[in-house]
Amino acid sequence: MTAANNGRALPRAGRALPWALVTPALGWTLLFFVLPFIAMGLSSLTAHEGSGFTVSNYSQFFTNPSYWQAMVNSLEVTAIVTVVSVLLAYPFAWILAEQVPERWQRLALMLAVLPFWTSYVVRSYSWLLVLAQNGVINRALTGIGVVAEPLQLANTRFATVTGFVHFFVMLLTLTIFANLKQLSPSYRKAAADLGAGPVRTFLHVILPLTLPGIMVGAFLTFVLCIGDYITPQILGGNNELLMPQLVMMQIGRRGDFPLASALSIILMAVVTIAYLACARWLKIERA
Amino acid sequence: MRRIVRIVSWLYALAVYGFIFLPVVVLVLFSLQSTSFPIPPFTGPSLRWYDVVLSDTRLTSALVNSLLVASISSLAAVTLGFLSAWGFARFVLPGSGLLRGLITLPLTVSYLIIGMGLLVLFNWAGVPKSLLAAGIGHVVINLPLCFAIIYSQMGDHQINIERAARDLGAPEWKVLLLITVPVMAPAIFAGFFLSMTFSWDEFVISFLLTRFDTTLPVEIWNLLRSGLNPKTNAVGSLVFAVSIVLVVLFELTLLRRRKA
Repeated sequence: MTAANNGRALPRAGRALPWALVTPALGWTLLFFVLPFIAMGLSSLTAHEGSGFTVSNYSQFFTNPSYWQAMVNSLEVTAIVTVVSVLLAYPFAWILAEQVPERWQRLALMLAVLPFWTSYVVRSYSWLLVLAQNGVINRALTGIGVVAEPLQLANTRFATVTGFVHFFVMLLTLTIFANLKQLSPSYRKAAADLGAGPVRTFLHVILPLTLPGIMVGAFLTFVLCIGDYITPQILGGNNELLMPQLVMMQIGRRGDFPLASALSIILMAVVTIAYLACARWLKIERA
Repeated sequence: MRRIVRIVSWLYALAVYGFIFLPVVVLVLFSLQSTSFPIPPFTGPSLRWYDVVLSDTRLTSALVNSLLVASISSLAAVTLGFLSAWGFARFVLPGSGLLRGLITLPLTVSYLIIGMGLLVLFNWAGVPKSLLAAGIGHVVINLPLCFAIIYSQMGDHQINIERAARDLGAPEWKVLLLITVPVMAPAIFAGFFLSMTFSWDEFVISFLLTRFDTTLPVEIWNLLRSGLNPKTNAVGSLVFAVSIVLVVLFELTLLRRRKA
């Protein structure tokens, strides 16, 4: 994004033209992004019933153990999903980039992200079909006699994590593949010239060079995962609540906008903290 | 050693492909049987549930709504994104970095929170829940995307062509319509296409901001209340098929462009 430095005030362009170009987008963002956020902030400081300002919505979060538990669940699930997805996707992306012949790579990558194009809601539902009590996996397991009784796979944390990992393996494969392809082959040649075998080349050259890309992908996974309502609601059931489910519950069942607003803001604060914690690594990428 | 790596690689890749395709195969396979539960053993094939879906007016009108919201909101997002990208790339504006940051800010916030904010605001302002409200939300999430894509593609090369046009006496609007838009067409198209797919698939904002008339993902969500249902399988398979056709078309137009 260096284009801005090249733009000079053009001779015949008046003062008004540049502003006329950027104002609609800025206005839209202010009106429908910043203003709603302020409204949400104000709303979070009011009581569901009654008037005046209060911090009770926030203090509820810290005093009510079930609310607190939802945040703990969210963080645990997100951490598991991020780690498992990276561990699964990295070798896969490496195989696509290094082992698959060049002319098949585009096709192999397109195939690997094909289910990306089903609707998000439908993809979670499909996992329900696979994991259900009388679904494909349980039928297969009882059929060959591995287990006598069908396993409880759906409506568990395992199901939520599986649904998430499925989505993020595809996403991370894309980002890590792009990262591996960007590496210049001369690095590998230099390492070989200096006497490093394939394992040492990977550990000391390839892996460190792709680490910034992995961090960006992992952060993206974290942000998208912790804010998602669909996957835990469909696959996890209501056995253990995650934060987005808790937020939606306040709106759906009780119409409690102030509490939902407060919980949303707390969720956003956690993502911001995670961003600040990762910012050091995320910055490397820009250099 | 190299052979072992190859074999292990193949096995691993096959396992991951299997994991990636398992739910989709199950979805499509069990949409093709006539029994009332989409579970094994497979009996079929039958197109019974596709008939049911295509004659369900709630689903078909939701499909039309989705297409309307996606195309109109994407058009708005790409127009606003293009104009602002042009403005920031070509002119020196005070506080440019900060303002560009503001436009891309919604990219860092989850859809749930954007939807919540709009819900609270519209509730206070007395704006009723509607497809229009959901469309406004979709522009909020897609505008930063369109802006970022188009802005990053505006390089020196384009500036020189525009300069040439101005030297030859073209007024500003002619430069915009006859030079900038055609030259930037690939980026504009990419922004529009991405916005279409995100809007088409978006659930939570539409769920929060619409009531009676709603979009396809929300209508599919309503179907899920009935548990495992072959109708959901059939809708899901149809959505998948449409998306695949779109992606292939997109790839083909992109490839042809590259060859030309």
